[in-house]
Amino acid sequence: MPAPEQLRLVFRHIDEPGYSADLACYLRNGGYEVLRKSVKRRPEELVDEVKKSGLRGRGGAGFPCGVKWSLLDRRSGKPVYLIVNADESEPGTFKDRYIIHRDPHQLIEAIMITCFANRVERTFIYIRGEFPDGARILEKAIAEARAANFVGPDILGTGYGCEVYIHRGAGAYICGEETGLIESLEGKRPYPRIKPPYFPAVLGLYQCPTIVNNVETLCHVKHIADMGGDAYSRMGTPNNTGTRILCVSGQVRRPGYYEFEVGKLTMGQLLNEVCGGPLPGRTFKAVIPGGSSAKVLKFGERYKGRRKVGADMVEYDWGVEDIPMDFDSLAMVGSMGGSGGVIVMDDSASMVEALGNINAFYSHESCGQCTPCREGSLWMKRITARMVHGDARPGDGALLKSVADQIAGRTICAFGEACAWPTQSFVTKFGDEFKAYPQEKKGADSGAGPELV
Amino acid sequence: MIQPAAKDLITVNIDGRDVAVPKGTNMIEAARRLGIDVPHYCYHSKLTVAGNCRMCLVEMGMPAVDPASKAPVIDPATGRQRINWIARPTIACATNALPGLHIRTTTPMVKDCREGVMEFLLINHPLDCPICDQAGECKLQEQSTGYGRGYSRYIEQKNVKPKRTLLGPRVMLDDERCILCSRCVRFCKEVAKDDVLGFTDRGSYSTLTCYPGRRLENNYSLNTVDICPVGALTSTDFRFKMRVWFLKQTNSIDAGSSVGANTVAWSREGVVYRITPRQNDGVNDTWMADSGRILYKAVRAPGRLDSVRVNGAESALEFAVREAAAILARGGVAVVGSARSSVEEQFLTKKLCGALGASASLVSRVEKGDGLLVSADRNPNVRGALVTGLVAGLPSARLDSLGAQIDSGQVTAVVSIGEDLAAAGLSAAQLARIAIVYLGTHANETSAAARVVIPTLTVFEKSGTFVNQQFRIQRFARAVPGVSGASDDLLVLAGLTAAVGGPRLRADVESLWAQIAAEVPTLGPVSYGSIPDTGLLLDGRPWAGLPFAEGPSLHFDPVAPAPKEAARP
Repeated sequence: MPAPEQLRLVFRHIDEPGYSADLACYLRNGGYEVLRKSVKRRPEELVDEVKKSGLRGRGGAGFPCGVKWSLLDRRSGKPVYLIVNADESEPGTFKDRYIIHRDPHQLIEAIMITCFANRVERTFIYIRGEFPDGARILEKAIAEARAANFVGPDILGTGYGCEVYIHRGAGAYICGEETGLIESLEGKRPYPRIKPPYFPAVLGLYQCPTIVNNVETLCHVKHIADMGGDAYSRMGTPNNTGTRILCVSGQVRRPGYYEFEVGKLTMGQLLNEVCGGPLPGRTFKAVIPGGSSAKVLKFGERYKGRRKVGADMVEYDWGVEDIPMDFDSLAMVGSMGGSGGVIVMDDSASMVEALGNINAFYSHESCGQCTPCREGSLWMKRITARMVHGDARPGDGALLKSVADQIAGRTICAFGEACAWPTQSFVTKFGDEFKAYPQEKKGADSGAGPELV
Repeated sequence: MIQPAAKDLITVNIDGRDVAVPKGTNMIEAARRLGIDVPHYCYHSKLTVAGNCRMCLVEMGMPAVDPASKAPVIDPATGRQRINWIARPTIACATNALPGLHIRTTTPMVKDCREGVMEFLLINHPLDCPICDQAGECKLQEQSTGYGRGYSRYIEQKNVKPKRTLLGPRVMLDDERCILCSRCVRFCKEVAKDDVLGFTDRGSYSTLTCYPGRRLENNYSLNTVDICPVGALTSTDFRFKMRVWFLKQTNSIDAGSSVGANTVAWSREGVVYRITPRQNDGVNDTWMADSGRILYKAVRAPGRLDSVRVNGAESALEFAVREAAAILARGGVAVVGSARSSVEEQFLTKKLCGALGASASLVSRVEKGDGLLVSADRNPNVRGALVTGLVAGLPSARLDSLGAQIDSGQVTAVVSIGEDLAAAGLSAAQLARIAIVYLGTHANETSAAARVVIPTLTVFEKSGTFVNQQFRIQRFARAVPGVSGASDDLLVLAGLTAAVGGPRLRADVESLWAQIAAEVPTLGPVSYGSIPDTGLLLDGRPWAGLPFAEGPSLHFDPVAPAPKEAARP
């Protein structure tokens, strides 16, 4: 079956020749019309549209956006904040930066619609510290939008006012975790908060109810406000509505960003047709479907089970190539859609070395607040680093798995899973490679170091 | 659904046992009520919950209800409501009581969690217990007996961090031992209100540090040493001095101010090595001031009086008492008692005054309070003197009226109980005009000028009671024997009273208390043995009108009405 055409909703103008980040260009392309329409509606209607749309968060967890908004504690009487999570740091993910760099006004319009819908009067864009250009572009765009009365104390003459502030991040992965982000925005170390009691919807920024949404998620809100929740929900597949941007990187012919209706495309179509297949003379070995923290999928594996299609339960028997690229299917095969960063490895890649790379990242980025992640991530990194640097031992795979098992599910934030899942899945699925690695690395005689107790 | 046990109480179930706890109780405290220990490092009952050590992970469940009808789902096997157990473990410290909440602390999953955390905490820990001051009172050591592996799977290089960072004058940090529980950080921020500590770097390289240009030098800095679960923070005064398991613990009271913080004196073979706070939720929680921790040094300070002297010559106690009685018998006597004496000593001082027909005056020590655990009144027992009737009003800082009486020749002899008359405003000339009988612990101008000097005991060498600013009577006990040559204050006072023709009184605390209870109305319902370790609130209303010096401090508000809980037999 041939791959469907891309459906570029959020990324419509990203690669358009002559399209620039300034306001005039955005207005020429119909910009801020949705905001004009939206501020004439009742805020509740907009929230209902988002609920109807079934939009799920594009940042990683895939939490339904409308549900997140409805969890806001309105009874406290405190101000409600919106935080735009532009701290895109998941390795393999590079969608938000394109929105920010190439089409910032789309984001600002989306933010203003969201703020209007949720009666937010102050919003913060927390942008990754390593995006200095993005921050400048957004600053300029906000200034333009303010001058044109799309942002500010009296938006489009409605009397509704909302300010947007840019906050440059502190240069740490954990600043993208929503409660860590809130702490960082408050000027503290980005230690994720314990939940309960610090759910952002109740006790978020400055202990006020707060929405934290990803950049791409918000951009979808603009399109939902434009076309209506029902129309949006007809895109994609049930419970996995709309489009999503997939960022493909690694050992494929045409890596890049692609926007498709969610679930209408399989992994095989994405890699073989859209991305042009493996590099010459190579075959695919593994793929991480949702950013480096997602569990790896191994080519040649079969995934069997029953799933709901319409009203019926249908048996499925998938290879990696057959997996639809949607939240639920990827969860069913034991991984996740995550942030949409698809990382491809072919048969030239050593899984031990790939894991070493991932572990180095996560140990560097662990905030150090809670014990399992702080100590476990560094330990795993040291094991893989030792293996890669010539002192691999036969028991290392099992040890890695055991360390990872002691982290996942026991930490304050989801970083515990993020750093444990790669190790768990790599060792489980490529155990032979971990067993053979000492021999491969050091030759037949010297491979066996002292047995670990 | 389990019915609540009583109003405002919530019934939770821990390891199959129901317990009723007040709303807001966390699961560590709830389990403690059942005698179930939930191991933890970062949790401290007097600090905010951080939830970072992950040692207290437990399994949590809630009674199942049918989503549609909200009716309880009954498990046919047991006939009880089914419990929906959550697959992920939950930290007990941040889990507050909810009606019907169930937790399990003994399941394989919980054990596995604890063992995992234990292993993680130890991989970068130096394991230098043989040279670590915390050994013997180290939570890592304690928990590793229950959850440690007994061997290490860690063959990598351990983290290297600073080993000897002086955070302040009294606190030394060994960063390698630190398990980053953040108790010290939270203490400084929340209790001491001196937010100087924090972490730099990240991940396992995180390092406890002082804010640049600041030091941990507030008067509560040593509490961080107490609450440090490991040997990362050590006291510069105590480190490398003594193994804690050799030390004997004796309940004592901080005599540094009228707060009367509850303390423990740690001693071995007659030497006090350190003072640490003892929990009293009505007085000092689990804290005490650094200034109170060095008071033990008075026991062996230079200038400690160690021989009875009459006119400068060493003498026997009996002879000195007779000699003092002879001096006092000539009349014109004034007694300078002490608000640092115990209630029992003040009672005997009053007896002595009665026998001599003299009135007693005290010396006040009012400085600025810190609003926490050092009150404005640095005398620990002014209220004891009021309760026993030694004095009727508050003392003043200077003995000016006594000076006038000396100048007029009205007073020719003074008994001073540990007070330096020169420091209290009497001139050298005035001291030279009178005959002084001095009972005290340390040499000063008064002891130098005294005709009779009888060395007595410090608070660590005797037992007794103080009445703090809340009118809470609190006991302290003898931690070490008195130094050679010093006599028990009670013995000396009783002897002196008898020698000047007063009643013969027993000089031990227990027998004295029978008399105190009989004669002092406020202490009527109290007996020495019935005073709990955390003290007993007395009825302070008779003195409510006095202009006491103390401002608000932890658990004390001078303008608040006296607590209802008055002395009970």
